[in-house]
Amino acid sequence: MKEIINLPVHSIEEEEYHINMGPQHPSTHGVLRLVVTLQGETVKKVQPHCGYIHRGIEKMCEKDTYQQIIHLTDRMDYLSAHINNHAVCLLVEGALEVEVPERVKYIRTIIDELNRIASHQLWWCSFGMDLGGLTCFFYGLRDREHILDIFEESFGSRLLHSYYTPGGLMQDIHPNFQKRTKDFIKYFRKKIKDYDKLLSGNVIFENRSQGIGVMSKEDAINYGVSGPSGRASGWSCDIRKKYPYGVYDKAEFNEILRTDGDTYGRYMVRMDEMRESMKIIEQLIDNIPEGDYTAKMKPIIKLPAGEYYQRVESARGELGIYCISDGNKTPVRMKFRTPSFVNLGVLDKLSRDMKIADLVAIGASLDLVIPDIDR
Amino acid sequence: MEAEKLKGKILEIVPEAQQEENKQFPTFLIPSGKFKHLATLLKEEKELDFDYLFCLTGVDWGTELGVVYHLTSTSLNHTVELKVKTENRETPEFDTVADLWKTAEFFEREVWDLFGIRFAGHPDMRRIFLEEDWVGFPMRKDYTDEVNIVEL
Repeated sequence: MKEIINLPVHSIEEEEYHINMGPQHPSTHGVLRLVVTLQGETVKKVQPHCGYIHRGIEKMCEKDTYQQIIHLTDRMDYLSAHINNHAVCLLVEGALEVEVPERVKYIRTIIDELNRIASHQLWWCSFGMDLGGLTCFFYGLRDREHILDIFEESFGSRLLHSYYTPGGLMQDIHPNFQKRTKDFIKYFRKKIKDYDKLLSGNVIFENRSQGIGVMSKEDAINYGVSGPSGRASGWSCDIRKKYPYGVYDKAEFNEILRTDGDTYGRYMVRMDEMRESMKIIEQLIDNIPEGDYTAKMKPIIKLPAGEYYQRVESARGELGIYCISDGNKTPVRMKFRTPSFVNLGVLDKLSRDMKIADLVAIGASLDLVIPDIDR
Repeated sequence: MEAEKLKGKILEIVPEAQQEENKQFPTFLIPSGKFKHLATLLKEEKELDFDYLFCLTGVDWGTELGVVYHLTSTSLNHTVELKVKTENRETPEFDTVADLWKTAEFFEREVWDLFGIRFAGHPDMRRIFLEEDWVGFPMRKDYTDEVNIVEL
């Protein structure tokens, strides 16, 4: 017995060791593998391994027409499918110099914002769940269901819509769309207060998020962390404000900026963004002009030879599309600059010298969508 | 900075740079040997201040391989597009910019993975999506897939 006690003890605090987090792990929200180097409980290094859901969308685009590409973009960031579609439509319309009807611009902007709210709701519920609050998950999904029902009624699908086409929309909105959207806003304005009661002011939540994973503005720009995560560090990077598309220039809304740059800051930016999105919808929903739901387009779209770049503000940040066309009906090269792929790069930097439980919080606050990383 | 002034500045740093006309952003083709020098000055000089690399794309133009860099300045709001090309399809290599813009680290790994373009001085030049033992570079135009996954 004495011998055993006197054995030299390898302190777990001294040695570095690796842990594989994922590809099947609830807090990676999909198939992402993080190889975490730990010393005790302290994170020393995080190496993301991507590619578990790499489908070669960019390569497939080289064989597809522009109408077909729309359907592929749904499957990148499936939580902001409409916004991805919007990017391709704007790219094609910009290259062909097509003027889309005002009605289309209004409808697209409203739906983009509804999509952003739905995406942030799912982020909120999974963020709560990652930190141990399972109630959030039920509340968030319950409210997101209302938006999905509106989508289902108008576009026939709940997640992957492919509702936008180059030049306009697949079909006109459902007659109930405006009323249901207004009802939803009324409903959600009450419910978002519950979100704040449940998480935002919760002492446990504050302790786990404030001062965790602080990102400076310089880091945000250097790592290219756009979207709500970048704005939490004080970087004004909202594409809707900087390069307005749709009818964002006609709506009044604030770009949410914070200076704390920690997990709590990133949380609060998204919470406030949901309110801003509701504000945008409220301003536009009663003013949708009458008119056609699509511009006249040729059945086969050929972009003039050249290079095009189009960006939109997706729920996760700046989505950019770089397209090289040689004048044929398929592009020579289609590059998607997806926000999640770029934002993943900063995970290692933010979680170093934090505890492993903080890594989960930081990862959740960056709001990564794995098919958006892998494409 | 206005486009004309920006052009003058870039031509001052790299006299061999060729501007491409009628583009969305001011676009320059830079000889690959001079690229790192230019990139460093674009980042460091106060009146240029290109601090945000928002897109880095590998491209196969058929005979040439290359990389397209989209840079913008968050303080001065000017944008530039830079291209480097090489005809070497066996061992194409450019200098890394991951030390200037951290966001390039992942982008360059992706270009290496799918186009087989190496970046000298990159801290972690491994494949990012495909397995380490994958043969060939799928995004190249001359890539043929034996098991016929890509060809639809």
